Amino acid sequence: MQASNEIYGVMAEFDSPDSLLAAAKQARAAGYRKMDAYSPFPLEEVSHEVMPGDTGVPRIVLICGLIGASTGFITQYIGEFIDYTYIIGGRPNNITNWASMIPITFELGILFAAFGAVFGMLALNGLPMPYHPVFNVPHFERASQDAFFLCIESADPLFDRGQTSQFLRSLKPLQVSEVAN
Amino acid sequence: MAQAQPIRTTPQPDTGDTYLLPGETYTSISSTIGDVPLTAPLKTPRGWFLGFAVSFALLMVFLVSVTWLLIRGVGIWGINIPVGWGMDIINFVWWIGIGHAGTLISAILLLLNQGWRNSINRFAEAMTLFAVACAGQYPILHLGRPWLFYWLIPYPNTHGMWPNFRSALDWDVFAVSTYATVSILFWLVGLLPDFATLRDRATNPLVKRIYGLAACGWRGSAKHWHRYEMASLLLAGLSTPLVLSVHSIISLDFAIAQVPGWQVTVFPPYFVAGAVFAGFAMVLLLMIPVRSFYGFQSYVTIRHLDVMAKVMLATGMIVVYGYFMEVFGSLYSSSKYEQYLLYNRLSGPSAWAYYGLLFCNAVAIQPLWFRRVRQNIPALMIISMIISVGMWLERYVIIVISLQREFLPSSWDVYIPTVWDWSLYLGTIGLFFTLTFLFIRVLPMINIFEIRMFLHQETERAHRNAAAHGHSHDQDHGHDHAHSPASAD
Repeated sequence: MQASNEIYGVMAEFDSPDSLLAAAKQARAAGYRKMDAYSPFPLEEVSHEVMPGDTGVPRIVLICGLIGASTGFITQYIGEFIDYTYIIGGRPNNITNWASMIPITFELGILFAAFGAVFGMLALNGLPMPYHPVFNVPHFERASQDAFFLCIESADPLFDRGQTSQFLRSLKPLQVSEVAN
Repeated sequence: MAQAQPIRTTPQPDTGDTYLLPGETYTSISSTIGDVPLTAPLKTPRGWFLGFAVSFALLMVFLVSVTWLLIRGVGIWGINIPVGWGMDIINFVWWIGIGHAGTLISAILLLLNQGWRNSINRFAEAMTLFAVACAGQYPILHLGRPWLFYWLIPYPNTHGMWPNFRSALDWDVFAVSTYATVSILFWLVGLLPDFATLRDRATNPLVKRIYGLAACGWRGSAKHWHRYEMASLLLAGLSTPLVLSVHSIISLDFAIAQVPGWQVTVFPPYFVAGAVFAGFAMVLLLMIPVRSFYGFQSYVTIRHLDVMAKVMLATGMIVVYGYFMEVFGSLYSSSKYEQYLLYNRLSGPSAWAYYGLLFCNAVAIQPLWFRRVRQNIPALMIISMIISVGMWLERYVIIVISLQREFLPSSWDVYIPTVWDWSLYLGTIGLFFTLTFLFIRVLPMINIFEIRMFLHQETERAHRNAAAHGHSHDQDHGHDHAHSPASAD
């Protein structure tokens, strides 16, 4: 049982989402934890096998949304009630006029929350990352089209160059290849 | 591989009851949709060049109209006192309304788990972006001093001035900017995996690099997909109240005023329904020619058109309810000004617009109750065009008729649009179609990974149905179940 850092990991290619899911389940059952699956479209069950738990995105979105809403509210408060107070159209220049502050508060909350969702998701995913070792696997360009891959990384404590390859071969993939660093 | 002919000549027979025609595989989806942007420039279909040329010519008309406007001011338009808002605001609301269908399809139908949206949502969302781009020109151009538009935003300044946060016109600034930004973010996020597909399918090294840059290194990792799907769901959840609030705020531009016909509490839902109505008409108008020209009949099926026509009918009937409420409000109020509004609409100088409106929006949609009409493509095209005109007339009726005869008869006047009003409108149509043609040329028009997902879901569903049938018919020997892999309920 040797951890090998000469390679990134071992990759198996499958031709259907069901075989990928079965493989991922078996890999998890065998005790592997540091692995990832690659598919041309999201497969929820496979994601749960390789990354159980929360995504972390909702928390970011909530925080950003609250920051945005507060920014909108405070900006309006300062502008309308502190710095340049005016009674306009019969609408009072104090906090009893909170209702007219809702649209801008709401819109800014949504805007910041959307930024949080997009950039938070990209940041958590580590994107943009133009290069990654798995791109060197033969046939990997099909991963964005019609092929399904499972990769067990060498950083996993149970990883062994020979044994892990054998294990993957036992899952009946189309091919198994090593992923160079 | 990347030089494939984009036009497929033999579409599958479409019975109108499935959302994805049988015979598609993950590979065929990737190539049919993905190869259109990857065609070599000189092999672009002639139809595209023709459409782009016409649109670009109209874009030049836009350029001339805007330049002349900035030189001479809004006096070149037909606006006057009392009709201070004419085609500038009519077109603003028309374009924004059209944009709302895209967000409804992308966001609301995603939340409602309607898989059939997958083949139309990218095109509809692109339509939203371009419609908002056209709409966004007007709030700036219709200002007396458009070069001072930034005063609408609370930027730190030395005058000690703030925008009027209590006005719906300033809420518009925040609403429309937020809408444009969130829409473009949602759209670009949806494009990421498809950029990866294009990167991997491209053979030209420069093209590969460009799409590779856009793809940000997307590799289809399941961990990434998990966060990605969560982000998409959250964006959809954010966009839904956003689209509802944006058009409500736009309706409030009128509802906060005291002019008869504008002080109407039903405006927010009525405008939102009208927007979705007009938007779906535009989606149909665009998708029907595109699907046949590019051979996408397997992905945008007759059933899709049927369902979109149903949504159009439903929102159209809500708009008709709005018309009844306006009439009721006029008659039931004790205000002679409100009652005169109805009289003005029926027999004033612009009564033609009101009758045109009733015909286009209330009468012309009634054939859509019948399935034969909903599944008939020429009928859908004609009805969609009539609805687009009808919704333009609705904004004309609301804005111009209410303003032309307000409270004081000595202030009454008519609004006659000038050639510059029309040329700017045509110009925005040119801007819209130029952007649309560019989109068609360089980006995948249909969300490739979502169609793959849909195919996967339909295949699973077919297997489950077959298993269920197998159990109940296990006495039946030789019973051959030929389930199409793509039939949906």
